[in-house]
Amino acid sequence: MNSDLLTILLPTLALTGWALLLLLVDLWIPREHKGITAVLAAAGLAAALGLTLSQGRLPAMTDSTVMVISDGYALFLDVLFLASGLAGVALAHEYLKRANIANGEYYALLLFSVAGMMLMAHAYNLILIFLALELLSIPLYILSGINRPRLESEESALKYFLLGAFSSGFVLYGTALIYGATARTDLPGIFAALQSAPVNPVIFILGAVLLLVGLAYKVSAVPFHMWTPDVYEGAPTPVTGFMAVAVKAAGFAVLGRILMAAFPTVGKDLTPILWALAALTMLVGNLAAITQKSIKRMLAYSSIAHAGYLLMALVPFSNRLVNSDVQASLLFYLVAYALTGLGAWAVVTALEKQNGDGLKLEDYAGLGKSHPWLALAMTVFMLSFTGIPLTLGFWGKFYLFRTAIEGGFTLLAVIGVVTSLISAYYYLRVLMYMYMRAGSPSVERAPWLQVTAVAAALAVVLISFIPNVLLNLAGNSLLLLP
Amino acid sequence: MSPAVIIFIVLALVAVACAVAMLVSKNAVYSALFLVLNFATIGVIYLMLGAPFIAVAQITVYAGAIMVLFLFVIMLLGGENLRLGEPLRGQRLIGLIFGAVLLAEIVLLLIFRSGMDQMVGTLTIDTSPAALGLEMFNKYSLPFEVTSLVLLVAVIGAVILTRVDPIRRPGKPDQDRKDQSGRQA
Repeated sequence: MNSDLLTILLPTLALTGWALLLLLVDLWIPREHKGITAVLAAAGLAAALGLTLSQGRLPAMTDSTVMVISDGYALFLDVLFLASGLAGVALAHEYLKRANIANGEYYALLLFSVAGMMLMAHAYNLILIFLALELLSIPLYILSGINRPRLESEESALKYFLLGAFSSGFVLYGTALIYGATARTDLPGIFAALQSAPVNPVIFILGAVLLLVGLAYKVSAVPFHMWTPDVYEGAPTPVTGFMAVAVKAAGFAVLGRILMAAFPTVGKDLTPILWALAALTMLVGNLAAITQKSIKRMLAYSSIAHAGYLLMALVPFSNRLVNSDVQASLLFYLVAYALTGLGAWAVVTALEKQNGDGLKLEDYAGLGKSHPWLALAMTVFMLSFTGIPLTLGFWGKFYLFRTAIEGGFTLLAVIGVVTSLISAYYYLRVLMYMYMRAGSPSVERAPWLQVTAVAAALAVVLISFIPNVLLNLAGNSLLLLP
Repeated sequence: MSPAVIIFIVLALVAVACAVAMLVSKNAVYSALFLVLNFATIGVIYLMLGAPFIAVAQITVYAGAIMVLFLFVIMLLGGENLRLGEPLRGQRLIGLIFGAVLLAEIVLLLIFRSGMDQMVGTLTIDTSPAALGLEMFNKYSLPFEVTSLVLLVAVIGAVILTRVDPIRRPGKPDQDRKDQSGRQA
């Protein structure tokens, strides 16, 4: 290994090492005190966060074998993944105790998954992208099934595993075809091969489309979304929250990286596909969410819908003029979605009972009276999901639609606006239950969940007053284009 | 005919015969063993094509590891005495149709093979195991290490998901399961 590689991957390697140690140390921590493991895991994530931030001043660079890259895009995403990991730990601790599944391995697996995501953000080679995808997915297959004797949890894990393996097959097959067409697996090499050497267009486009399909499974874009509601419903709620936010972010991170670093010259072939995927995902996700009675399923469909909005950001990827806007709006929306999503899932986790009840919309009746802070936080999240002003979600959608229109996809932006209006129906219904129906919801005493929810709500509101700061951060983290 | 062609014809005949025997044999264990033989012959064909690494990988991974797993599963589940039926109707017909399509595809490719060589980028690389090993541990050392991590995580997962939990009283999981299935029914 050369030294550049170590420099670029230092935070990832530190986190991986910490996860391995945690696995060992956990053996000496008694079952009643698994909180220690949680604190240790959080410390590891915080340390990796510190290392990542300390790398902020490094120039963008790749290593000599062109396996990994370090640039603003990757660092921005690293911070997002590590913060999601911290929230994942906060969400999990009390829930695991309540559900009597306090495993120390939970945190180690979470750390491995975050390490896989960070590797994904830095990967600059299709081989490494595939391996990072596996490294982030396999721990999540296991975590979905960690509530083992519960049938829903087992079903969720098995479904997720089978469909995940299926989608990995697509990614691998696409990689093989792209390698067959260009004889390269590193992204800049593919870009160069497309420009200079004669490349068989059929094979190449077939490979690119297969790669796209595989990643569309991962981010649950319609029509590859069927697994999402079942998996999200059956998995333990903290895992679902982490999956809904971080895995989606990782999927879009690598989609954006591949599209913008390797495929900009085949834009006219791929843009229509992305357009259709984005439009379908927005429509189906939002329409299906309307009929859901369970809050977990509703949020699952909502996460599908948001994958559609995120895809919209990527549609004009090949247009050099709006390239930086594409990236800035994608990253901005990922942050907005992550904060809102993690907060909303924290509230859901707080209301879930030990036996898995408390997940229906009716269970939220009267929350506004009994737990005003939690209800207020949930209100902020629902408004932010809808895209109402004074929340981060509004600015996220605003920048997305602006990017789409600048790229010349006005119809897509119109679909986005219309589906956002539709989504108001089911998001605001939660508010109606919380404030206008009488009821006595039972909320578990879980300080960390409430801290996470309130902190996320504060961030969603406060950052919405200074959206430019975040947008500039996202926009300045320009990809290193070949 | 050159000796290479003769060897190839023999290997090809054995491979096809094994594949057919695997399909028609009544005992699942025989089927699995015929598949091993088929994999081995394909491995020798790879060797003839000048790809020793793939040949060895074919033998160790497919004929070795995967088929041993197959045999374990067949014997543990008592699959060798299973009556040959069709669990899903119409599979034979669909199989025939797909087989015909594949055959037609291959024949068409053989007829219109002009342009085939431009389909894929041509590479002249050293495929000896030594050269591959050098590549793997120099240029591809990072993916290699990440693979080991992926396998480690998978092992941890297998342990977690199959471990009998000491904290749950024996019988409790079954109780849970019954409650669950009762509620779903």
